Amino acid sequence: MARYDRAITVFSPDGHLFQVEYALEAVRKGNAAVGVRGTDTVVLAVEKKSTPKLQDSRSARKIVSLDNHIALACAGLKADARVLINKARIECQSHRLTLEDPVTVEYITRYIAGLQQKYTQSGGVRPFGLSTLIVGFDPYSRVPSLYQTDPSGTFSAWKANATGRNSNSIREFLEKNYKESSGPETIKLAIRALLEVVESGGKNIEVAVMTREETGLRQLEEAEIDAIVAEIEAEKAAAEAAKKGPPKDT
Amino acid sequence: MKSSHQPSQSWPLVAGLPGAQETIYSFFSPSFVTLSYFSFFFSLNPFSRFDYFKSLKMKLDTSGFETSMPMIGFGSSSDMLDGFSTVPSFDLPRTTDFDGFQKEAVQMVKPAKGTTTLAFIFKEGVMVAADSRASMGGYISSQSVKKIIEINPYMLGTMAGGAADCQFWHRNLGIKCRLHELANKRRISVSGASKLLANMLYSYRGMGLSVGTMIAGWDETGPGLYYVDNEGGRLKGDRFSVGSGSPYAYGVLDSGYKFDMTVAEASELARRSIYHATFRDGASGGVASVYHVGPKGWTKLSGDDVGELHYHYYPVAPATAEQVMEEAAAE
Repeated sequence: MARYDRAITVFSPDGHLFQVEYALEAVRKGNAAVGVRGTDTVVLAVEKKSTPKLQDSRSARKIVSLDNHIALACAGLKADARVLINKARIECQSHRLTLEDPVTVEYITRYIAGLQQKYTQSGGVRPFGLSTLIVGFDPYSRVPSLYQTDPSGTFSAWKANATGRNSNSIREFLEKNYKESSGPETIKLAIRALLEVVESGGKNIEVAVMTREETGLRQLEEAEIDAIVAEIEAEKAAAEAAKKGPPKDT
Repeated sequence: MKSSHQPSQSWPLVAGLPGAQETIYSFFSPSFVTLSYFSFFFSLNPFSRFDYFKSLKMKLDTSGFETSMPMIGFGSSSDMLDGFSTVPSFDLPRTTDFDGFQKEAVQMVKPAKGTTTLAFIFKEGVMVAADSRASMGGYISSQSVKKIIEINPYMLGTMAGGAADCQFWHRNLGIKCRLHELANKRRISVSGASKLLANMLYSYRGMGLSVGTMIAGWDETGPGLYYVDNEGGRLKGDRFSVGSGSPYAYGVLDSGYKFDMTVAEASELARRSIYHATFRDGASGGVASVYHVGPKGWTKLSGDDVGELHYHYYPVAPATAEQVMEEAAAE
């Protein structure tokens, strides 16, 4: 087996691409990221490890926009992410130039997935070590979409998904609690899902929202996030209290 | 690998039909090239004859139609060019003054685009009309050319300039539009299609293409009309007329145009404009075809012979009967 995981991505005797699987391991070690699609809102929430005091937090944004109507969050190797994001941004503009139309979410996802696949089938390169969550609204029709890609180059559309650290538990939570929602409800669901694995608090979560009416990605302020987290905590406490039963009269 | 031996006596075999030996070799062509790496003694007379034959072929490179394996590592720009086809290369002619020769060639091929085509956007969609005469200088080579090309069920292109160029490039555009549909699960927009065509024509700029076309269609944003020509120019507009008869067509079209016309009124305006252009312009004539592009695609509305249209618009008043002189009965 050791012979089949060196520099080039080649098949092992039992049909595995070890480099790709190792890349998925790298993803599993990355920060947790959650994406939720609502009827008129799409939300991305990413775990933020505590920023060192001297670091300028604006330069370490984890959720980026690829175009006015498309945003991306990823889990895995951040340096690989930068390269992939730059290529995707160029492709968005190139599409606008040749087709005179903004890209659809599916198109840019297919492009990114295609890039990731290319690097699993070329000589002398290793796969990108990241999975991405891509959200956005299609131009003209304004249909919201959420897509996920992974290092092997596959992609699919989701109603809600998570990637990175503890993504399985987040996905389980989402499967139990997902409902078609809109506006603030969608944001709350995304934050609730992320709070399953992340310490609660505005400074540990980065959230960005895109709505059908507005253009552009809106990054939520820490204060806003704190407020929503407080709401969620209150709801949780109320649910616990209700479970324990009404207070006994003395 | 290649032997330097130039067998002059093999000329007749190569220039004419391949002899039995060549045919056999041509079947096994790939393996011979690789074999010659390994086995030196294989570079005998027969094989060098085969190489000679290959060198006579035109180096026309059709990689523009196939997607090539992208190169990773050095060429980051190659990722950007993945969507564009490469320009084919061809052998240059042997002249003393190549630049002058090139100019002459372009001038010779540059015809005056003898035709009349027009298209305009109105309330109910796009109206497209054209004549059907093809002329070679003063000779009318055909009166029944289809100058409105159906790219796909919701897009039309008009032909002006070189007939072969227009037909080929519109068909090529149709292929690209279909591939876009298949890849993106939605139709291409009119602006996108015209952009693809304009980019292709721009890459052949100066090589003697003659195309003056209008792309008309209906997409998500409503009716669309673009003018694209062989210089690589692309204009968005509401009313266009292209060809040698266009000044006459513009006269009638511009004076009769209103945005709020019905389909019947607009088709009559288009038909009249083509008729007047064919009346005054020698290079236009034949049949005036009128198409309408609506939200559900295009439909052909009419195709009237312009000769008949003339008498339809200007019926001949019956002349007073002349006295018919009868022959005197023979005695």
